[in-house]
Amino acid sequence: MSIAIETEEAVTEEIDLSKVDALIEPYIGKKEMIIPALQKVQDHFGYLPRSAVEQVSKRMRTPLSRLYGVATFYAQFKMKPRGRYIIRVCKGTACHIQGSPKIAERIEDILGLESGETTDDLRFTLEEVACIGACALAPVIMINDDPHGRLTPDKIKDILDSYQ
Amino acid sequence: MHEKHLMICGATGCLSSGSHLVEEALIEELEKHGIKDKYRLVMGGCPGFCEVGPIIVVYPDEVFYCRLKPKDMAELVEKHLIGGEIVERLLYKGPDVDAPARFYDTIPFYAKQKFNVLRNSGIIDPESIDEYIMRGGYRAFTRALDLDPPAICEEVKQAGLRGRGGAGFSTGLKWEFTNKAPGSKKYVVCNADEGDPGAFMDRSILEGDPHAILEGMLICGRAIGANEGYIYCRAEYPLAIKRLKLAIEKAEAYGLLGENILGYGFNFKINIKEGAGAFVCGEETALLASIEGKRGMPRPRPPFPAQSGLFGKPTTINNVETLANIPLIVREGGADDFVKVGTEGSKGTKVFALAGKIRNTGLCEVPMGITIKEIIYDVGGGIKSGREFKAVQAGGPSGGCIPNELIDLPIDYDSLNQAGAIMGSGGLVVMDERTCMVDLARYFLSFTQKESCGKCTPCREGTKRMLEILNRISEGYGEPKDLETLDSLAISIKDSSLCGLGQTCPNPVLSTIRYFRKEYEEHIDEHFCRAGVCKELFNYRIDEEKCTGCTACVKACPTDAIRGEKKEPHEIIQELCTRCGSCVEKCRQECIMITPLGSEADVSN
Ligand SMILES: Cc1cc2nc3c(=O)[nH]c(=O)nc-3n(C[C@H](O)[C@H](O)[C@H](O)COP(=O)(O)O)c2cc1C
Ligand code: SF4
Ligand code: SF4
Ligand code: SF4
Ligand code: FES
Repeated sequence: MSIAIETEEAVTEEIDLSKVDALIEPYIGKKEMIIPALQKVQDHFGYLPRSAVEQVSKRMRTPLSRLYGVATFYAQFKMKPRGRYIIRVCKGTACHIQGSPKIAERIEDILGLESGETTDDLRFTLEEVACIGACALAPVIMINDDPHGRLTPDKIKDILDSYQ
Repeated sequence: MHEKHLMICGATGCLSSGSHLVEEALIEELEKHGIKDKYRLVMGGCPGFCEVGPIIVVYPDEVFYCRLKPKDMAELVEKHLIGGEIVERLLYKGPDVDAPARFYDTIPFYAKQKFNVLRNSGIIDPESIDEYIMRGGYRAFTRALDLDPPAICEEVKQAGLRGRGGAGFSTGLKWEFTNKAPGSKKYVVCNADEGDPGAFMDRSILEGDPHAILEGMLICGRAIGANEGYIYCRAEYPLAIKRLKLAIEKAEAYGLLGENILGYGFNFKINIKEGAGAFVCGEETALLASIEGKRGMPRPRPPFPAQSGLFGKPTTINNVETLANIPLIVREGGADDFVKVGTEGSKGTKVFALAGKIRNTGLCEVPMGITIKEIIYDVGGGIKSGREFKAVQAGGPSGGCIPNELIDLPIDYDSLNQAGAIMGSGGLVVMDERTCMVDLARYFLSFTQKESCGKCTPCREGTKRMLEILNRISEGYGEPKDLETLDSLAISIKDSSLCGLGQTCPNPVLSTIRYFRKEYEEHIDEHFCRAGVCKELFNYRIDEEKCTGCTACVKACPTDAIRGEKKEPHEIIQELCTRCGSCVEKCRQECIMITPLGSEADVSN
């Protein structure tokens, strides 16, 4: 598990921190509530902008290193801005043996992305997820909240095209 | 009063097959006929049979409609709801039944199942506390309020319930330890982290019957003397979290949670914590660290959580399914009934998520002691493609595979352990001859390698070494001594790791070597993957005799690797083929064969 702290601010976008205080208000003074506080911040921004984490650090009186130590430990926390559509390829066992590697490969080929990366136009982010509970339809991917099941590599292009 | 209840499965499996669209169409039809108020529509829990979703069950008639499409709703409303006649066309049909089947008693998938834990799932509205109470809910808890706490522990012990989260430790004994531990502040923790990447039993229970978990926790709280509980649930389960929150609110409103519950002077509150995506947090000490807001790293035991757990206080941690069994045991006469099902050492039932190359995928609950064969062929309906059953993987990344030779093995904690697998959480993934066992071992190890928290060197570095070797083997660079090296690495990781992740992660490798050594040797010595999975180790070839020249494969090929005239046998240009497998899916004649590199011979059969 890498602890390298990679953050990246979208250059063109200013991060609006005005909401952060309200988001973490219920957790202030409760050190055991760091994770829920970061979850709230991520829900709001879609990732954890560095300036927002700094704000959390100040308000919760917790060192930045501790916050990043926690955030980088858990796969859920993202340090970079993500696309409008998050593609999650199921890497669960049932999906794996029914060909999810081939599905992932086709998506990677079409978008020129590897898992964890985002297209330059912020349209797609490619991620992995373990079993979403739709094993009957393996192999499965989720695009935002839509599941797509019983996939074969040749269906991928049309599906991606339908998300503009 | 509603004339009928219509349960639409709203679990992930059915949603993925479009159950929300079916629901919309149903509402539209009911409104069209102006009869919407007569029916109660519930987007409910999972009846288990994901394979044939979307599913609607009509109560009280108990008619099970499946594989539904939005356009079927007009007929369902007109013929069944208005006309009172069953729509035969939409009933379950399959190779395992002679005539269309109506429900539990006639669909083979359900015939050998026994519903303890899933007693309410798909039957009640999970968002209604009244329906839970109507089916006997919270009765065990009110009984527990009248019992002496040690007596509750004793009943759970007598029932022989063992933890369903993996290790199979006696639940009653665990409660007794926490009860006896000194201290006035104690905690109950429900482990709903469900990290096994091929399992979704706990999720279905949480989504389909959340009050059963709350009741289990309340009874545990009473038994161990705790007044606070935590549910640690994966953030990837938003519906489960929503339903749990709602259930807690309702239970509070009914005075079943809070201060001085039902006038017994017993206080209990339940908090929900969302996990943040780390498999190791399913391990109990890591989970506790995570609730405390720290990095989820395991710590050495002892002290066990029963002595020093959450915030240093005595704590009982139980799995979701374990807790869902509790109300059945603690109700009047429950322990006596409970021991009637199961085997000597494993009492009750177990829920399995049945997946992979099997005809009936879904969730099933079966009595302990049922054989693998019964699960695969009777419940599961056999292998999907009609291909040969090869093995079933039990216990996920900590477990192992059970080969065809052991198909008569009874499923209980001890038999599975002896066979080199574990009960685990209950994922059963079925494999046929097109599954490569080397690849499977590599898959699980790459999962655990990524999820290792890095605290112990053998787990962190040893898994890397093992993975390198497996990668090499599957790319055709295996060496004869590799199997020995894997074996000795595995043993040293198992022996010197701190937590269960490291102690069990070599199991999938060891068990595939134990039962499928020949397949490893074929990869290493002959550079051939007979399952057609390891891309560097086989070719696809078209059987000229069988090919009808239909060109279906040509259209599917992304690299234009297939050549041939219409109606003439086709050919694959090996230099262009990336072995993506698209053509194989398309060929109806099944004439695309898996052959060793540089050979013409067909060895795929
Ligand atoms: C790496 C690892 C992951 C685990 N994941 C889970 C899990 O997802 N759910 C669970 O209930 N138990 C899990 N366990 C087992 C727990 O540590 C613990 O034994 C269990 O929650 C106890 O509950 P039970 O006695 O009711 O089974 C895991 C253990 C290890 C070592
Ligand atoms: S065995 Fe592995 S996962 Fe467990 S504590 Fe050690 S390094 Fe972490
Ligand atoms: S496996 Fe893929 S690349 Fe090869 S011939 Fe078939 S479709 Fe084309
Ligand atoms: S799909 Fe099959 S039968 Fe049709 S041309 Fe291709 S190989 Fe021949
Ligand atoms: S393994 Fe992919 S949905 Fe279960």
